[in-house]
Amino acid sequence: MATIKIPPVLRASVGGEKQVHAAGDNVGAVLRELASVHPATEGQLFAAGGELNRYVNVYLNDEDVRVLDGLDTAVAASDTLVILPAMAGGR
Amino acid sequence: MSPSSAELLRQVKSQIDEVDPSEVHELLGHANGNGNGSTPVLIDVRETDEFSTGHLPGARHVPRGYLESRIEGTVADRDTPIVLYCASGNRSAYAARTLHDDLGYENVRSMTGGITLWKDRGYDVAVPRTLSSEQRERYSRHLLMTEIGTEGQQKLLDARVLLLGAGGLGSPTALYLAAAGVGTLGIVDDDVVDLSNLQRQVIHTNERIGVPKVDSAEETIHALNPDVEVIKYRTRIGADNIMEILDGYDIVVDGVDNFPTRYLLNDASVRLRIPVVSASILGFDGQLSVFSPYEGPCYRCLFPQPPPAELAPSCGANGVLGVLPGTMGLLQATEVVKLILGIGEPAIGRLLLYDALAATLGEVKVRRDPECPICSRPPDAISDEEMGVFPDYEAFCAAAG
Repeated sequence: MATIKIPPVLRASVGGEKQVHAAGDNVGAVLRELASVHPATEGQLFAAGGELNRYVNVYLNDEDVRVLDGLDTAVAASDTLVILPAMAGGR
Repeated sequence: MSPSSAELLRQVKSQIDEVDPSEVHELLGHANGNGNGSTPVLIDVRETDEFSTGHLPGARHVPRGYLESRIEGTVADRDTPIVLYCASGNRSAYAARTLHDDLGYENVRSMTGGITLWKDRGYDVAVPRTLSSEQRERYSRHLLMTEIGTEGQQKLLDARVLLLGAGGLGSPTALYLAAAGVGTLGIVDDDVVDLSNLQRQVIHTNERIGVPKVDSAEETIHALNPDVEVIKYRTRIGADNIMEILDGYDIVVDGVDNFPTRYLLNDASVRLRIPVVSASILGFDGQLSVFSPYEGPCYRCLFPQPPPAELAPSCGANGVLGVLPGTMGLLQATEVVKLILGIGEPAIGRLLLYDALAATLGEVKVRRDPECPICSRPPDAISDEEMGVFPDYEAFCAAAG
């Protein structure tokens, strides 16, 4: 199962965990598995049409999946997905 | 019988080629036009203190005492034409013989009369800017580093850096940039010092609660390093003033606390081609990247759209570990210094992710978006009206209140 790193703003939706594991052959399958186990994440990750929300960046290891094959990008069990929303705090 | 020094000099001069300053002047003049292959490398063989009071324009400096050990680092090819000079043409004559006879440089000449005759002919002399003795002492640990040295310190002193915000990130950044001798620091902040700031905003003090942050920051900076000129902007940055404020700065340090200003800053900095060293903090986590317009991605390539308010809490609402902006602000200061000096590998095209609790620093790649609404277009194609705007901007700002 792939490892998913959860950003601080989503941790409450996964029971406070910093990383979780989910099965799936590609990025979309892994994230949908995450959303089915932790339903609170679904609306934050996916737009109404089933595509990733534009404000959520997802990286396969260190590469943005938008420059790979998006949700169709193949995922191996040893891979890590990083979910990364923008942060604006500076003060 | 050994020759006298005068005889030795005559002997040496008879063995080497000499060149008159007027010919050197003409050869260098060619270089300023469209140089041809015969433009010589000009080497000043005097001592450092002599060189620093003035030298021929474009001359390299290799003191005669270091000639044998350093010449190959300056001129590797033995066939390169070289003109050596000193104060009056004697030391350069000895140096010419050494280069030719001992080291095999084939095309070496010594300039007759040295820089003294050059000046008498009325030709230009370049005077390198020097540090005061106090500056040499203050920046001595920089001067000892080959990557910085006098030249690098001069670059720092000449640099103009704009800090957006004298808050959590801006405080440590400003302190260390001032200490490092960055000559001009612009600070934009419309706020006053509040007691709740002092848990992390270390440029301010208890006594200055209620004082405008730009004034408080200026006071601390001047107490630390009087070399630094502080330019204060006690205002909120907005679409109406950002182009004017940014113009003329070499680097912008982004420590703002809201998305609309981050997008606005991005768009203005792309238009003005000013690199932005950007960081953000929340809780125990920090992010940092350098956005160098048209060289790497911009902020919009990384985050095309801001998250909705519930996914983008502010530090005010969610809190921040007091030392975290120190860590991230100093990573920003480090990137600023690297950019000024042109050394190392700046975090362009990379987003650094600092997790204070785990004590890890990870990174992900950031690519230029070929369809980026801003940086895929030339600067003059970006209008005032588009700056800082993003999809659902109106709704975002309404929700954010």
